[in-house]
Amino acid sequence: MTQPIVLDKSHIGKTYGRVTTEVEKGRLRFFAKAIGETDPVYTDLAAAEQAGYPSLPVPPTYFFCLQMLDVPDPTAWVGEIGISLQNILHGEQSFEYLETAFAGDRLTFESVITDIYDKKGGALTFVVSDTTVHNQAGNLVCKLKQSLVVRNPGGSK
Amino acid sequence: MMNPTFNSVEPGTQLPPLTVPPLSRAMLALYAGASGDHVPLHIDSDFARKAGMPDVFGHGMYTAAWLGRMLTGWVSQERIRKLELRFVGITHLYNQVSCSGTVVEKLEQDGERRVRVQIVAANQYGEKKIVGEALIALP
Repeated sequence: MTQPIVLDKSHIGKTYGRVTTEVEKGRLRFFAKAIGETDPVYTDLAAAEQAGYPSLPVPPTYFFCLQMLDVPDPTAWVGEIGISLQNILHGEQSFEYLETAFAGDRLTFESVITDIYDKKGGALTFVVSDTTVHNQAGNLVCKLKQSLVVRNPGGSK
Repeated sequence: MMNPTFNSVEPGTQLPPLTVPPLSRAMLALYAGASGDHVPLHIDSDFARKAGMPDVFGHGMYTAAWLGRMLTGWVSQERIRKLELRFVGITHLYNQVSCSGTVVEKLEQDGERRVRVQIVAANQYGEKKIVGEALIALP
């Protein structure tokens, strides 16, 4: 018998991860190196400017990273709602892009838990959160939706 | 970049695929540092084993970043409107991921011409790791 995870649905509405961060060229180059990006637009300012960009662009999945880089303890909220980091997997992730962001932009992130629900009789719990990213002009540049899967340690793998 | 146009693509059009090197511990360490995702499941074998995993494994968002590279190799990224990803398998050490994309629909939406692209990241054995969809505006 699996023991269902008791995850309090009252955590729906909890906000976390609010941070304002400046996008830095050096960090973008490190990210490009880590993912094997070879397009010079992402590493070479001259190439970016030639492409019509004011600076190096923030690549599509990097919005997920910026918040983790600059929140002092980016996974603290997971523990605060009673989940062990050992038991989480990333289930789904989506991005909606409204504007392109560039090095030098100051971006403000804020996340809110929007849903918590069980599947497989409590063997798995899903925690859904939405994140907004606004730039220094107050424009919404990106919306993220994340679904974390919590594996019940007592359940089958 | 390929600079495709709305008229140059049809449902069934394939994006140029992308294959990356087999996943190594060094790659995981670099990605953890560069992404800010320091969850120890990906960089600490002891922690991963305690969690019941055979060893460290790839960040889902690492594999996702390769899908992003495939898309921005096809269009400049300000054309990407949406990216939706479902993580359907764990990318284990030594898995070699290939990314592929297929145009599945042409549509007009919010006053612009867009295509819906089905995207997949799979390892060398054909096991899918991420399936998803991108919505891209084309001139």
